[in-house]
Amino acid sequence: MTAVSEAATSSAMRTREATVRRFALTDMVFRTATRLSAILVLVLLGGVAISLIAGSWEALSKFGFSFLTTESWNPVTENFGALAPIYGTIVTSAIAILIAVPIGIGIAIFLTELCPRPLRRPIGIAVELLAGIPSIIYGIWGLFVFAPFLQTTVQPFIISLFHGIPGLSSLFAGPPYGIGLLTSSLILAIMVLPFITSITKDVFDTVPAVLKESAYGIGCTTWEVTRRVTIPYTRVGIMGGVMLGLGRALGETMAVTFVIGNAHRISASLFAPGTTISATIANEFTEADGNLYTSSLVSLGLILFIITFIILALARYMLLRIDSRTGA
Amino acid sequence: MSTAQSLHQSRKRKNAVMMTLCVTAAGIGLAWLALILGALLYKGLSGVSPAVFTEMTPPPGDAGGLLNAIYGSIIMTIIGIVVGTPIGVLAGTYMAEYGRFSRLTTIVRFINDILLSAPSIIIGLFVYELLVRPMGHFSAIAGAVALSILVIPVVVRTTEDMLNLVPNALREAGTAIGAPRWVVIRSVAYRAALSGIVTGILLAIARISGETAPLLFTALNNQFWSSNLNAPMASLPVTIFQFALSPYEEWQQLAWTGALIITLTVLGLSIIARSLTGRREDR
Repeated sequence: MTAVSEAATSSAMRTREATVRRFALTDMVFRTATRLSAILVLVLLGGVAISLIAGSWEALSKFGFSFLTTESWNPVTENFGALAPIYGTIVTSAIAILIAVPIGIGIAIFLTELCPRPLRRPIGIAVELLAGIPSIIYGIWGLFVFAPFLQTTVQPFIISLFHGIPGLSSLFAGPPYGIGLLTSSLILAIMVLPFITSITKDVFDTVPAVLKESAYGIGCTTWEVTRRVTIPYTRVGIMGGVMLGLGRALGETMAVTFVIGNAHRISASLFAPGTTISATIANEFTEADGNLYTSSLVSLGLILFIITFIILALARYMLLRIDSRTGA
Repeated sequence: MSTAQSLHQSRKRKNAVMMTLCVTAAGIGLAWLALILGALLYKGLSGVSPAVFTEMTPPPGDAGGLLNAIYGSIIMTIIGIVVGTPIGVLAGTYMAEYGRFSRLTTIVRFINDILLSAPSIIIGLFVYELLVRPMGHFSAIAGAVALSILVIPVVVRTTEDMLNLVPNALREAGTAIGAPRWVVIRSVAYRAALSGIVTGILLAIARISGETAPLLFTALNNQFWSSNLNAPMASLPVTIFQFALSPYEEWQQLAWTGALIITLTVLGLSIIARSLTGRREDR
C-alpha cells in the first residue's frame, strides 16, 4: 500500500519535474526569440548605415570632400556634386519649419486652453489625420491644385509687390512657374504641421495644473499663462517636437518630387525650380546608368541619413528629458 | 489708477489678439484638411467606375483600370505585414517584459524611434543594396521586404507602449499560480493588450499602403498583370506617381482615382485603429 503510493508520488514528481523543465525550456526559447528580435532592430539601423557607406564608396573616393561643395551635376561627363540638393533640402525644410511652428503651437494652445471640451477630441483627431495622409497625395494635390493656384494668383502678386526692393525682389524673382522651392516649402509645412501640433499638445498636457492655476490666481490672462508658464515649462519638449518635424521635412520624398521642379542649380529666387536630396534620388535612381552615377545617388542618401540621424537623435534626447521630468 | 486700468486694458487686448491668432491657426489646419479631401473627392470620384477594379493599367492614351496595381499593393502589403509584425511584436515584448529595465531596451527604444521617423527613401536604398543589386533585378520580394522594415518600428513602439499599460498585479497573479513567464505573457499580458497591439498593426498597414519612395527602386512597376514575386510588380502609389506626372489625361484621371482609393483606405484604417484604443480609454 505504502509502496504503491510512494511509486505514485515519485512518478508524479517525475512528471512534475519534466513539466517544469519543459516550461523552463519554452520560456528560454521565447525569451531568446524576443531578445533576438530586439537586437534585430539595432542590426537594421546598422545595416542601413553599412550598406549606404558601401554603396557610396566609389563616388566618395573619386570626388572626396569636393562632392559636398560642387554644384555641378552632370551625368554625361560623370561629374557629380551634392551642393544643389543639399541647399534645396535645407532651404525648403527651414522655410517649412518657420511656417509650421507658429501655426502648430497656435493649434496646440487652442486645443489645450480655448477649445470647448466636446470639440477637443474631434479636432485633435482631424489634425492627426493630416499626418496619416500618404505623401503622394500631398504631391498630386500640390501639383494639380496648389501649384496652379500659386502660379496664377499668389506669385504674380508677390513679384509685383516686391518689385524694385533690393534683396526681396531677387528673393521673389519671376517668372511664376508655380512649382519650385517655395511651393515645396508650403507643402512640407502642411505635412509637418500635425507632428508639431500633436507633440506640442502632448507636452502642454504635462504642465502641472497647479502651476497654471496659481498664475491664473494672481490675475494672469490666458496668453500670459501660456507665454510665462506653459511655454517655458515645456520648452525642451517643444524643441523636440520641432526637431522631429524637421527630420520629417528633410527626408520627405514624394510630395517634394512632384512640386520642386528638379533643377540641379542654386538660384537666389524662391520661385525658381530646385531639387532636394530625396527628390533627386527618387527621380534619377532607376534611370542612372553607370556605377559612378548610382554611387553618387547613394552618397546623397548617406548624407541625408547622417543629417536626419543627428536631427532625430537630438529630438528624441529632448523629448526624453521632458519625459523623465514628468516621470519624477 | 488710470495707468493701472490702461495696463489692464492693454493686457486684455493682447490676450484677445493672441487667442484670435490661435483660433485662426486651428482654422487653417482644418481648412487644409478640408481642401485636400475636397479636391480628392472632386477629382477622384468622377473617375470611379467598375473598370477601375476590373481592368489593367492602360497604355498611354487608352482607357483602363488599376487592377494589377491594386493587386500588387495588396500582395506586398500583406507580405510586409506578415514578415514585419511577428518581429515587431517579439521585440516589443522583450522591451516591455523580459528586459524592461535592461540597458539593451533603452538603446533599442532610442534606435527604434529613429527608424520610426527615418526617411523611407533611405530604406529603399538599403533594400536596393541588400537584395536588388545581388539578385540583379527588381522584384516584388524586395518591395515587400522594404515595407516590412517600415512596419517593424511602428509595431515595436505600440506593442511596448501597450504592454507597459498592463497592470503588474495581473502578471503577479499569473506568476503566483505557478505559470511560467511566457505563459503569463501569452495568456495574460497579450490578452490584456490585444486591442492596442491590433491598433499598432492597423497603423502599420495604413502607413505602408501609401508608401511610394521605398518601392520605386525595389518593386519598380509593371504595366501588366504579374503574380510572380521574383519579378517587378505594380503598386498603387508608384502607378499614381508615374501616371500623375504623365501628359496623358486618362492616366492623370486614373492617378486621381487611385489617390482617392489610397486616402480612403488609409483614413478608414486610422479611424478604426483610433476607435479601438478609444474604447480602451473609456473603459
